[in-house]
Amino acid sequence: MDDAGGGTVYRMARPETLKIVHLDSFTAVYHRASGITHLITAPAPEILATLGEAGLTRSALLAQLASDYDLGDADPAALLARLDELVATGLASTA
Amino acid sequence: MRIGPVGFRIGSDWRAPIAQLESLYAAYPKPYDGVPDFTVRLFAARPWRRFARPAVMIGGDYVLPEAAPLPLAQGLLAAEMGMNLQMALGQRRYLLLHAAVVERDGQALILTGISGAGKSTLAALLSLRGWRLMGDEFALLDPETGLIHAFPRLISLKNASIATVAAEVPEDRFGPLLEGTPKGSIRHVVPDATAVAAMDAPARPALILFPSFGFEAAARDVSPSEVFVRLTQASTNYVAIGERGFDALTALVKSVPARAVDYPDTASAIAQVEAAWAAR
Repeated sequence: MDDAGGGTVYRMARPETLKIVHLDSFTAVYHRASGITHLITAPAPEILATLGEAGLTRSALLAQLASDYDLGDADPAALLARLDELVATGLASTA
Repeated sequence: MRIGPVGFRIGSDWRAPIAQLESLYAAYPKPYDGVPDFTVRLFAARPWRRFARPAVMIGGDYVLPEAAPLPLAQGLLAAEMGMNLQMALGQRRYLLLHAAVVERDGQALILTGISGAGKSTLAALLSLRGWRLMGDEFALLDPETGLIHAFPRLISLKNASIATVAAEVPEDRFGPLLEGTPKGSIRHVVPDATAVAAMDAPARPALILFPSFGFEAAARDVSPSEVFVRLTQASTNYVAIGERGFDALTALVKSVPARAVDYPDTASAIAQVEAAWAAR
């Protein structure tokens, strides 16, 4: 499992900077800080919701996702790759 | 002149395009309070080009720096392109969707799709079958109300669609045939009196259709997320108007059903539009 980031806490971007609209299997997210619209699909919305404002470490996020959602044989590395993408877009952060 | 809520002032180095506009837009009012929103200017590429092989450059509040000039015989097209350009680049009040819109019973049908899908032709034919033409080029979605405002400029018909519509529309509603334009032959049609008289009445969107000409008759539902993506691509100012555009578009795709319809001919298209409307 990707253990990079160790005890780093990841948070969803501050709620006042996001507008999230669930369309169908896709969710539209307007990021006020950049003015960019993102169209995201599972598991990205679930990751954002699970991180919340309080934030979680990578290992705590995986544990929470596993207990909250029926992830089946979801690959932890893939889940963490999605987390890194959310950080890259600014929808999640380590700050 | 005023088209829907948008006022234009058109200036030209030549008289002919202005005379054509005055004739074709004779039924349209002046801008609100006499103040236009946008200015279009048709000017000679070089001073001597006013007279020798006249070449019309499109200017105005917003310009495309690389745009090529058109021959004076296509001055009317240059004016129409100039007005479209001001809307595409300058409009901020409404979310602009590249779409034709017709209305019936106070509800709007949005026909969107790539150039050549048959939007203008369909809108023209529907306007002869009990629908009010609201526009063949832009749907103006008001972020404040979610209503579609009309923008019934001249209907722009290209190539084979000219004869299709000419079979049903009297000759006196047609502008001159413009041949050899960048998009082939073009002929403009004046919207009917109802479309102009009622152009200040917005309508609640009730159905979005994605027509495609040239295929076997078929229809399928289009998911909200696909509609969202296709309409952001069909909007010239989605990015420019920011969060209001996001709010308006997400609300539209969540509340209004959408279907894609393929059609081999206009009779099939009309039938499919009516069927989709009845089933909305």
